[in-house]
Amino acid sequence: MELIYITLNEIYKILLLIIPILVSVALIVWFDRRVWAFVQKRKGPNVVGPFGLLQTLADALKYIFKEIIIPASANKVVFILAPIITMTLALSAWAVIPMSEKIIISDINVGILYIFAISSLGVYGIIMGGWASNSKYPFFGAIRSAAQMVSYEVSIGIIIINVLLCVGSLNLKDIVIAQEKMWFVVPLFPMFVIFLISALAETNRPPFDLPEAEAELVAGYQTEYSGMMYAMFWLGEYANILLLCALGSILFLGGWLSPIDVYPLNIIPGVFWMTFKILLLFFLFAIIKAIVPRYRYDQLMRLGWKVFLPFSLIYVVLTASFLVYFDLLPK
Amino acid sequence: MKLNRIFKIIFLSEFIKAIFIAIKEILKKKKTINYPFEKGGISARFRGEHALRRYPNGEERCIACKLCEAVCPAQAITIENEERPDGSRKTIRYDIDMLKCIYCGLCEESCPVDAIVQGPNFEFSTETREELYYNKEKLLENGDRWESVLSENIKIDKPYR
Repeated sequence: MELIYITLNEIYKILLLIIPILVSVALIVWFDRRVWAFVQKRKGPNVVGPFGLLQTLADALKYIFKEIIIPASANKVVFILAPIITMTLALSAWAVIPMSEKIIISDINVGILYIFAISSLGVYGIIMGGWASNSKYPFFGAIRSAAQMVSYEVSIGIIIINVLLCVGSLNLKDIVIAQEKMWFVVPLFPMFVIFLISALAETNRPPFDLPEAEAELVAGYQTEYSGMMYAMFWLGEYANILLLCALGSILFLGGWLSPIDVYPLNIIPGVFWMTFKILLLFFLFAIIKAIVPRYRYDQLMRLGWKVFLPFSLIYVVLTASFLVYFDLLPK
Repeated sequence: MKLNRIFKIIFLSEFIKAIFIAIKEILKKKKTINYPFEKGGISARFRGEHALRRYPNGEERCIACKLCEAVCPAQAITIENEERPDGSRKTIRYDIDMLKCIYCGLCEESCPVDAIVQGPNFEFSTETREELYYNKEKLLENGDRWESVLSENIKIDKPYR
């Protein structure tokens, strides 16, 4: 009896995590396409459902009914495993994200390290997909993606160190609570900008979408995938984008805290503010997709290693010395 | 590198300008239309689906002169004619292979009695090839269906012919 109860509780938790994320991913894809279309003065998807909200659902249905094609020369096990890994990792990282003070699946003390570890593993899905396809374009895409994600993870890591210096805890809830007086976007504004740009590179969004640059690489590591397996890559990708938007709002924009602690604003539930901030960041991501041309690969690497990495390292020293000098180090 | 340029790069000024331009574009009127539900305007001279017209009393206009058959660069038109009891020459067969047709409009231009015309309809896709081999009945039916638009278009285009 006890066992059944625990199992049911776990299943309930899993559903509580997966369903909202899948729904929000579906909506965010629609939002992305819509913003993209609006910037180009198109109407975008507006036929399926009200304002075309169900467009992604229709696309997903289409993917489910499509045939899954596995290339003859592909390594079947790895080929099938790759999209599963990508999606599972993208979803599992969400477990520690606090949507408000109470809404959090698992409140662990090393939340930020957990997210960082999971998102580092995310590159495996892409490398496996690219390698197992046994075809040159996916392979190029996978190599590019691996190099890109690894190098930008370094600068994201150092940016996170900046925030952690100000907080003194690895718990995501503590990070948000530490921002009650002032959001970290104010003292760490340059880091916020670098975080956003690195997040774009980390999630293979334009202008850093070289791994799937359709003009050069067809679709990069997704070239040989079809049907539901392609859709899983695609879900994982958007879940990752949302994750980084959520991370950005937790680290810099005060998570579930209201912008100003005054009467009408602070009774609005924290979930609303968190969602609003994630959407705001995603809107920025979507608009950036529409306005920028793609980076050249050497420029991308130069930006990561020669600009962001030294700059964020210098900023770590600055933050640390500032905190020590004014005796503001968290106890 | 000039100092000005360095500042521009560090503060991402052009990038921020681009974001504001993009937001301005979002609020502007859309250039595209909801195609199946609303359609863009087309000229009176639009060369779409073919139609054979009739006189107001119901008599076919076509006199089987075969000028359209002769002028057709794709040789898509096939006509066979016959003399009626009243001595008039009329077609017994008027076929257009819409798959061969290149929609050049020469048949319409060559017709002395405005019988064969190309109407404003461009949505006549089918699921089989056979449905696109138009015969006389189909063309006359088209003419009846689009007559009001066709005669209006011919009237508008008259001064330029």
